[in-house]
Amino acid sequence: MAFYVVQFLTGLASAASLFLVASGLSIIFGVTRIVNFAHGAFYMLGAYVAFTLTERFSGAFGFWGGIVIAALVVAAIGVLVEMVLLRRIYHSPELFQLLATFGLTLMVEDLVVLIWGPDDLVGRRAPGFKGAIDFFGQNIPSYDLFLIVLGPVVLGVLWLLFQRTRWGVLVRAATQDRDMVAALGVNQKWLFTSVFALGVFLAALGGALQIPRDAVNHAMDLRVIVEVFVVVVIGGLGSIIGAFVAAVLVSELNAFGILIFPKISIILVFLVMAVVLIVRPWGLFGKPEAPARRTPGLTVNPWRPLTMNERLAAIAALVVAAALPFVAGNYVLTVGSEIAIFVIFAVSLHFLMSVGGLASFGHAAYFGLGAYGVALLAKMAGLPMIACLLLGPLLGLVGAAVFGFFAVQLSGVYFAMLTLAFAQIVWSIAFQWVSVTGGDNGILGVWPEKWAASPSHFYWLSLGIAALAVAILRIIVFSPFGFALRATRDSPLRSEAVGINGKRIQWTAFVIAGTVAGLAGALFAYLKGSVFPDNMGISLSVDALVMVLLGGVETVSGAVVGAIVYKALNIWLVSQTDLSKLVLGGFVVLIVVAFPKGIVGTLEALMHRRRKSSSAASPLLTSRIETAE
Amino acid sequence: MRGYFVGAGLAIAVATMATSAMTTRALAQSEIKIGEINSYSLLPAFTEPYRKGWQLAVEEINAAGGINGKKLVVISKDDGGKPADAQTAANELVSSENVAMLTGTFLSNIGLAVSDFANQKKVFFLAAEPLTDAITWSKGNRYTFRLRPSNYMQAAMLVEEAAKLPAKRWATIAPNYEYGQSAVAVFKKLMSEKRPDIQWVDEQWPPQGKIDAGPVIQAVAAANPEAILNVTFGADLVKLVREGNTRGLFKGRTVVSFLTGEPEYLDPLKDETPEGWIVTGYPWYSIKTPEHDAFLKAYQAKYNDYPRLGSIVGYQTIKAAAAILAKAGSSDPEKLIAAAEGISMPSPFGEITFRKIDHQSTLGAFTGKTALKDGKGIMVDTAYRKGSDYLPSDAEIEKLRPKD
Repeated sequence: MAFYVVQFLTGLASAASLFLVASGLSIIFGVTRIVNFAHGAFYMLGAYVAFTLTERFSGAFGFWGGIVIAALVVAAIGVLVEMVLLRRIYHSPELFQLLATFGLTLMVEDLVVLIWGPDDLVGRRAPGFKGAIDFFGQNIPSYDLFLIVLGPVVLGVLWLLFQRTRWGVLVRAATQDRDMVAALGVNQKWLFTSVFALGVFLAALGGALQIPRDAVNHAMDLRVIVEVFVVVVIGGLGSIIGAFVAAVLVSELNAFGILIFPKISIILVFLVMAVVLIVRPWGLFGKPEAPARRTPGLTVNPWRPLTMNERLAAIAALVVAAALPFVAGNYVLTVGSEIAIFVIFAVSLHFLMSVGGLASFGHAAYFGLGAYGVALLAKMAGLPMIACLLLGPLLGLVGAAVFGFFAVQLSGVYFAMLTLAFAQIVWSIAFQWVSVTGGDNGILGVWPEKWAASPSHFYWLSLGIAALAVAILRIIVFSPFGFALRATRDSPLRSEAVGINGKRIQWTAFVIAGTVAGLAGALFAYLKGSVFPDNMGISLSVDALVMVLLGGVETVSGAVVGAIVYKALNIWLVSQTDLSKLVLGGFVVLIVVAFPKGIVGTLEALMHRRRKSSSAASPLLTSRIETAE
Repeated sequence: MRGYFVGAGLAIAVATMATSAMTTRALAQSEIKIGEINSYSLLPAFTEPYRKGWQLAVEEINAAGGINGKKLVVISKDDGGKPADAQTAANELVSSENVAMLTGTFLSNIGLAVSDFANQKKVFFLAAEPLTDAITWSKGNRYTFRLRPSNYMQAAMLVEEAAKLPAKRWATIAPNYEYGQSAVAVFKKLMSEKRPDIQWVDEQWPPQGKIDAGPVIQAVAAANPEAILNVTFGADLVKLVREGNTRGLFKGRTVVSFLTGEPEYLDPLKDETPEGWIVTGYPWYSIKTPEHDAFLKAYQAKYNDYPRLGSIVGYQTIKAAAAILAKAGSSDPEKLIAAAEGISMPSPFGEITFRKIDHQSTLGAFTGKTALKDGKGIMVDTAYRKGSDYLPSDAEIEKLRPKD
């Protein structure tokens, strides 16, 4: 019995650390609607700064003072980031801020290694909480007890702050209806800054408090960020109590789960999230979101098919790309094939995001399923390459059909997180089912047949399929199905009223996107000659998201440019510099500031403005758009 | 006016490219290039000492006149910890840089990815650090050689000591991925062969890099084992040790632990180093052989820092590559394979051989016990174990390794 009590307390201690970080993320998202990918980076910075301070200043005062000061210092950095970077992009399309914080995270990962060195740093133990307390023969670390108390205390303080202060009232009001708060004359700028500072403070405090139990290292951010997102979503976005309950739920399930299934930790949080979101689409304590007042992804310039001249230009670009093998060597051609494959992958996600209005955080699952489909068919069934390329993506299709059915029942960030959960579940199957998938050692020896083996042939194959995929997706966008999908995106209520079955349309779009992603994965398997669980990991999903955002969500085919720029730059930087993450992150941040609608989006807006100033008919057009809005 | 500038710029650009192409060609005849890939950005704690090690080797080789009179150049690439990126890098090194061979890699899946690439493109590959048994056995191929003692070898070294323990109830803690899984599997198999009386009472599989140490330790303690096998390392190990010390998990229990004696993993533990763990590792402070002294002196003189195990691996990888290139007298992969099979060479740990049968080197490892000295963890009672003594019989390997 004593054992179960102690195991329960241990779970509570884990929950407390998780809650600190999660509450910060929840507050930031609730008010600013920023999906703060850099939250983990702030957590890590908190730990690093606290390490330096607690090593420098001795004694109990030095330790606790160091922890608090570290959190304050990092919060100040957070304020700087908010004022310099995020303020510029609040009006960008939804999720664009994710791109900015993603860039920051990349930079911080390299910076901490530059500043603090590559070694794991082990800080000292907390004065006064070094030992353990005996509980019927079981030891409970006293620091765990401290954390168990701290969690509810922080929860209480936050509750008082939100319920009993004017600032708290404003924050709650902004969480509920941002535009209304602005309309009532509240200075949003400072409200956002202060909320961001509080959120970052909590993250950094969470990181700093890990010092007595953890090793400070440059991978801490990624370890925590996904888990924290999951906790926030399970609890219900913007709900502090929800975050607390979710943190306890996840930690306790893990503490007792490993007694029965020792391998459960790897997937537990995602299983819990999937179940919770299917049963309660807005998390445990979340409320259904009010129908969006401003349509997400609404374009100022109405979409239209390419004009004849533009079509010719696109074909010319394709011809130029197809001529590459006559001038370039094998390496460039292989990189070219990789870029073409990522164009396919990115446009498939872009189709889902821009046309369907559904931002998936787990799109790599279908890419990976396509790749595994090919690998299994080629290695186990011994099918020829053409058959594999045709049948492999069907695994992506099946996966998308199953998961898409559940996912399209949700919307917004909840949709995104459910797709992430499904992707992680698929990933863990590939990772754990060693007898079939080879586990993390993957499936090797999936090389193309002779006719496609030479880099130039494979390049032409990839390029051809990429061109085909882009063309087909564009045709779908401008087909009746595409219009129905866009109607569902722009106004679910109105489209339902005119007889469109929104969920079925979205589900179909999800399956189309998943199949195209599977096609990209199938080609990728042959390009690399091997398949790994990595091919469906979170980082690949994030890469795809970055490509789409970089190109511009509000465009028809911006992802093509986004994929080319991001992938080419990534490969080039990794090859050329040891600080590729720092440079790439800096570049992403710069792009975010310079092209607030993505590269293609900003260029289109510029061209539109020029056309407007030159043509006389435009006033009529603009006014019509405004009434439409 | 602008046209002139553009024209002039173009002319200069073309001229520069032409001259640089010419100098490259001239240089190419007097130098040999080796391509090196590792997870520099993902695992800097291990790859930084590794890089220092191979840079020292390159310096020494070139100071001694290079390889058959040609200067050795190592072109190094980062794989970011991703197999797919490692292949991109391998491709660049082979296609654009025309390297004579590929070396490096740390993670097992990346080692396997590059090994498969080498097999497909018929390029010589000398794997430096990946521990997986598959790379030389079940997924071995004729183009791939491996330097570091494998999972199997390290397990066999530990089992020799562990089997002497009176403990009968064993629990295992290992990261939930291929390395952890195969380390536990081999250890269990070898251990149960020697000691059929042993019981395996619990196993814990925390995700790599994400251990929730408290519950894991409680769960292990609840099974009340007499001895524990640990395979975690890095930040996970730190958390496990700290939490285990506080909760008294290690009191009265012997722990056998993979790799923990390597400075990379032992040093961060500082004064929390648990005493008496049976580990494999690298006690650089207590190795008293002329070969190692020479290496240690050169390393400390160049970097003003002590070597980690990664330094040895990096150093010996390039030394081995150079020895193979020198013996082959050519960069033809077939000649390199012929030269590498059975080649013997000196190393800081004494003479090593790359076996013909499975392309595994006989580089060994040190075993010993952990201890605390001046607030730092060290290894005591150390013994060097030659790799050749801890490999299965040739007949068994014939069964494991696919025919070329």
